[in-house]
Formats: sequence, structure tokens, C-alpha cells
Amino acid sequence: MSKKILLEHINVPGIQGYEAYRKVGGYASVEKALKMAPLDIVEEVKKSGLRGRGGAGFPTGMKWSFIDKKSGKPAHLVCNADESEPGTFKDRYLMEKLPHLLIEGMITGSIALEAHLSYIYIRGEYMWVYRILERAINEAYANGWLGKNIKGSGYDLDVHVTCGAGAYICGEETALIESLEGKRGNPRIKPPFPAVSGLWGNPTVVNNVESIAAIPYIVNNGGEEYAKIGVGKSTGTKLISASGHIKNPGVYEIELGLPVDEFMNSDEYLGGMYSDRPLKAVVPGGSSVPILPAELFYKNAKGEPRLMTYESLSDGGFASASMMGSGGFIVYDDTTCVVRNTWNFSRFYHHESCGQCSPCREGTGWMEKILWRIEHGYGNMEDIDLLWEIQRKIEGNTICPLGDAAAWPVAAAIRHFRDEFEFHVKYPEKIKDRNHFVAEPWEKVKHLVKKEEVLV
Amino acid sequence: MKVTIDGQSVEVEPGTTILNAARMIGGDVVPPAMCYYSKLKGSGGKCRCCLVEVSKGSDANPTPMPKLVASCCTTVMDGMEVKSGSSERVSEARKSVTEFLLINHPLDCPICDQAGECDLQNLGFNHGKEATRYQEGRRTFEKIDIGDKIQLHMNRCILCYRCTFVGDQLTPERCHGVMNRGDHAEISTFIQKNIDNEWSGNMIDVCPVGALTDKTFRFKSRVWFTKPMDAHRDCDKCCGKVTLYNFGDEILRVSARKNEYNEVEDFICNTCRFEKKNMSDWTIDGPRKFAKYSVINQNNYSGKMETVEFDTPDQTVLTGRAEDRKAISMINVK
Repeated sequence: MSKKILLEHINVPGIQGYEAYRKVGGYASVEKALKMAPLDIVEEVKKSGLRGRGGAGFPTGMKWSFIDKKSGKPAHLVCNADESEPGTFKDRYLMEKLPHLLIEGMITGSIALEAHLSYIYIRGEYMWVYRILERAINEAYANGWLGKNIKGSGYDLDVHVTCGAGAYICGEETALIESLEGKRGNPRIKPPFPAVSGLWGNPTVVNNVESIAAIPYIVNNGGEEYAKIGVGKSTGTKLISASGHIKNPGVYEIELGLPVDEFMNSDEYLGGMYSDRPLKAVVPGGSSVPILPAELFYKNAKGEPRLMTYESLSDGGFASASMMGSGGFIVYDDTTCVVRNTWNFSRFYHHESCGQCSPCREGTGWMEKILWRIEHGYGNMEDIDLLWEIQRKIEGNTICPLGDAAAWPVAAAIRHFRDEFEFHVKYPEKIKDRNHFVAEPWEKVKHLVKKEEVLV
Repeated sequence: MKVTIDGQSVEVEPGTTILNAARMIGGDVVPPAMCYYSKLKGSGGKCRCCLVEVSKGSDANPTPMPKLVASCCTTVMDGMEVKSGSSERVSEARKSVTEFLLINHPLDCPICDQAGECDLQNLGFNHGKEATRYQEGRRTFEKIDIGDKIQLHMNRCILCYRCTFVGDQLTPERCHGVMNRGDHAEISTFIQKNIDNEWSGNMIDVCPVGALTDKTFRFKSRVWFTKPMDAHRDCDKCCGKVTLYNFGDEILRVSARKNEYNEVEDFICNTCRFEKKNMSDWTIDGPRKFAKYSVINQNNYSGKMETVEFDTPDQTVLTGRAEDRKAISMINVK
């Protein structure tokens, strides 16, 4: 049984309410932080090696230290609860079950940044979670943890929850800030980075829910204690939201460094495949990270076993590995059609592109249309190369990472499953039924697409 | 600060963007820009045409930047080395952006009023492919009427956001903007026929394509058949310095004076633009020289004029031609 940090008290009855949360030691980090110097808290977070849990994995302490405190402008802490990545639902679980943990992290984090006005930006689809958070904030105000002169320390803090209107792009930090200001959620051009000029031109830190929820433990127990968990630069615990063809889907808290094999197959975690069908592919970090075929999943290209860490999952680059991402773990068995899956992801990015910069606006729609053609039996061989070229031209040329996120799944699908694309082009009558691989698994039809034929 | 672009060095002020530094050098090193407009604050960064490769960050930190950067919103560092036209990566990226911009563009240049002075046309000539790889239907929008002076052709729009900056920065209240998102994002107004501000006509000048055109000039003439002339009048609202597009002594269109990057020198008001269409309203300064390479540039007066011999057995054609020449000539203009 591994150490639980975030979900330690998940089974305490009434933990959603203030009384039960306080009884198990809640808000202790705020009491401690009020007595500490703000820079010491930042130092502790730096020591902990906590990395951003939203997807990019940027060290949180480092992000906090970029805040320009000399400018004289008020700083803001913004919590990014706009979790919209297909396959990721860890933040929802955390906020539903432990709203006070997030509030506590927000208060402690705001003390560290000397912020007096902080925001939680939650996606519009999480309306019931919004209500849970509002209730928790009201309880925190009532008990003197928020508002003027918190617990007699002379420190003031207000936390507001703001609802988005259902745009994936508002999870990008500068688009989130724009949306928070009441504008159209278009990502800003960087630099300036939010740490210099963010919300209303003030220095701002935007952190994921899970990163902020880890702050109370770090402040209570010290950064070194947190850094003991995990391997190398991947410290602490991570929430993984697992879905797909597995026995036990759900949200798991794992210690980073857990072998992928154990996470996948032990009964404590996912419990293996839900039926006797073999594993085909895994998306280890939410829809925007490259898909991994089964043969590269348990072991990397060098044959070393893969671990659940930021480094190990991306060991080998995009050619033979993927990314930790936001922890949306999607498992596919051999009845899945990778082309259909890629088309589905592509449709999502087409729908969610903000339309600001041309490669993403035009390219995502184009890719979706081509993938639709291939999946529905109207594709040709040139389309596969065209897709490859389009994704290559979107990647890296856009304002924000959504362009990259749209390009990577398509690139990885073609890289690892090109023969399936070719099968779709060559045998349109076989794939007319949307469940074509359920009726006739890939292994049975694989021989129809031979590598030699492709070379001719 | 010293910056080197494609091997040519230039001294610039701190805070200058790479694009503006390149414009100081001029010539082939200048990246194309579809959305950046030096007169509009905050514009740029969207079209991704002006991507350049930074092969050396600065003297202090010489590591090259891993990604291509948008030159219009990246400021130069001392000792920076930039590859613009000379880099294979950059020309690949420009080609692909051109392709992306053109897949949903209607390519109705033969009936578009902007043809001949269109930035997208020039971009297509310089960086485009001969054929398209796009098989699907092109995106279309429902037609809306945004006002009695300006025609909106949303199908042609490349979403450079320049016109929204005009609304923000020249008019007291912007009443148009971008609606929806992704590839169905469109320039639109909440209330139709609503754009009537005195400065709104500048949207036409800043539009790089034919999405916003002058209703008083629509379908009157191809722009290369007109004779562009600099003129001015005393205007109490604006500078009053304009370019007239004449056909004979008839003023077909009035626009602000544009420089070689198709940017206006000074914004003009709607009275000058739409209402002063008599030659008596204006004092002529002289013929307009176009520095920019464009179809309209064929109409300049500075180069050597060659006599074109035109022969056909059909005499009516020749008669018509002579009549046209008389009509277009400015012999009656004082």
C-alpha cells in the first residue's frame, strides 16, 4: 500500500464539510504558513521538487519564484480547475471529495506569494463542483480562514470561484487569465509571461488543482519529506484517472516511480484488462499525449521496464515513448480502432481550437476531415502522408500548446499504427461497420496489409 | 543593439521587434506579415507568416531558440542572429501557413475588389503551391450586412483581428468582434448595419484581404485600371491626406496613403473617404508611387514607359480601346 497524501482522508465520513476536515488536521498548514516568511514557503516548495500536475510538469517552486515582487503590483494565485482533457478527471474527484484541501492549498499558496486576491477558475460543466467549492469557501470564511485579518495575523485574503463557459482552451494559462478578465478566451502571446504580467497586468501564478492540493502537505512536513517519495526529479504522488478496457477504472493516487506493470496489473490498482482480450495501446497522459503501442508500454525501446514517472514515460522521445501529461490513463484492447480513436481526438481539437492563429485554426479542421474520410472508407494512400505533413506543420508553429496537443496524437498514431491506416484505405468494405475490429480483431486481418506491398 | 538578419546587420533601439528590424534593412529579408500592423497596438502574432529562426539568442546567451518565433512580437536582443529567407525551416513554415490560409479561402480573386492590392495574393505568389491538396468543401458563412459603407465578405477573412483593433483604438466603442471559435470563428456584429462610426472606414484599409471592402467602390473597376494620385484637403477631423483612385476625372475610391508594407501612413475619416468624390474637393499633390511589389505596381509612372503595339483584325476592339484610353486619361483634370 503506497503512501497517500492527497487522498489520505478520502474515506472519513463528512470530509466534504469543514468540521470533519478540521478534525483530521485540516488547515494546520495555514497556521504554520502564517508564522513563516513567504520566501521560506517558496523555498520549501522548491525543495519538494513538486512539478506542475496539469500536463507540462514545470516545477511549481520555480514558477512561484519567477513572481516579480519588486513591481509593487499585487500578485494573484489562480487555480486552474478547467480540467477538460479527454481522459482526465482527477481534479473533479479531488474537488468533489476534498474541497477544503484545495481551499487550504489556495490559502497557503497565497501566503507564499503574498497575494490578497486569488481565484479558482472552474470549467462550466462542473457546475455541481462549483457549488461544493462555494459552500466550502463560505465555511472557510465563517471560521476565519478567509477574509480580513486571518486568525489575527493581519493577513487578508479573498478567494473567488469563477465559472468558465465550457472551452478547453481556457485551460491554457493565458487564455484562462483572459477569460477570468471577462474577455474572449484567446491565449496571449508570450512573453510577457503571467509571472510578470498576468491577471489585469499583475504578476500571476496559475497552478493546477492537484499541484495546489499538494502544498499543505509540503508546508506541514517540509519539502524534503515530500521529495523522499518518488524517483529522481519526479517526486511526490500523482493522481491518475484511469479509464478504458481495465478491470478497475477510477482515480488512483500513486507514488511516482511505481512500475507501470504493477500499476496496470496489480489488484490494488487497475487489475489488468477487463476481459481476456490483449492490450493494444495506451494513452498514458490524457488525449494530447502520443499513444503508446503495447510493445513499448511496459518496456522502453532499450528494454528497461517503464516506471510511472515524468522521465520514464518520456524516455526515448516521441519516437518510442509518450508523456506523463495530466494523468489521463486510457487503455485500449485489440477491439479498438486506432484510426477511429485518433479521429475522435482530432474532432475534439477541431472543436476546441480558439481560431486565433492560422495553423491550428485551419489545420485541426483539415486533419479531422481527412481522418473522417479514412475512417469511413473514403481515404487514399496520399492522405496518410498528407496527415503526417499537416501535423508536422502545426506542431511548434502555434501561439499556444493546443496546436501541439492536436498534432501529437495524430503523429503517434501514424508512427505506430500506420498499417491500420493502410488497412482502412485498402479495405473500405471491411471497415464500414463502426465496430469492425470487434467483429474481426486486428490480429486476424493484419496479414492483409503487408509491409512489402507498401514499399512497392 | 545590434541584430543580424540573414547576414545583414543593423543597429536598433531596445524593444524593437525582429520584424521592424528587418524592415529597417528592407529587401528580401523582410518576413511577410498578414496580421501585424505597426499603427495598431497589440496586433500581430496570429497569422504565423512572419515566423523566423533565431540561430543565436544573444551575445549573453547564444543558445538558439528551439522553435520558430513570430518575428512581429519577439523583441531583439543584443547580438541576436536571425535567419529569415535563408532558412529552409522558415520557408517550409511560410509555405505551410500559406497553404493553411488558402484552404478555406474562396479564391474568388477574379471578382474580388481587393485583387491587385491583396496581401494574401502576394503571399500566395511568393510562397504558395500551384495546386491545392484540400479536397473538402470550403467553409462558408452566412452573409451579414454590417453597415451602409462597408461590405463584409466573411468567406475571404483570414482572422487577422486588425479590424477589431481599429474598432478598439480609433472608435470610442467597438461594435464588431470575433464570434464563435475555431475554424468557424467569424467577424460579426451583434446588431446588423451597426458600424457607422466616423473612423470605421479604416477597417477597409487595414484589411489584408478582400473581407472588408468599400461599398462605394464595389465592382466599379479593377484597381489596376485606376490612376492613383496623392491628394489632400483641409479636413477638421483627420489629416486629410489621401490617395485618390481615378478613372479619368471621376474619383472611384478614396483611401489613406499606404507605404510599401501596405500600411497606412495616417488614418482618415469617413467623410474624406466616402463623401468627397468630386475633383473640386481635393488638391492634387501628384501621382502615387507604389513601392510595394504588387499587381497595382504595374501602374506606376516612375519606370520607363514602353509603347505597346496592339493589332487585331477586329476594328471594334481597337476603337473601344481608344475610347477607354480617352476615358482613363486625366487630360481634363486640373
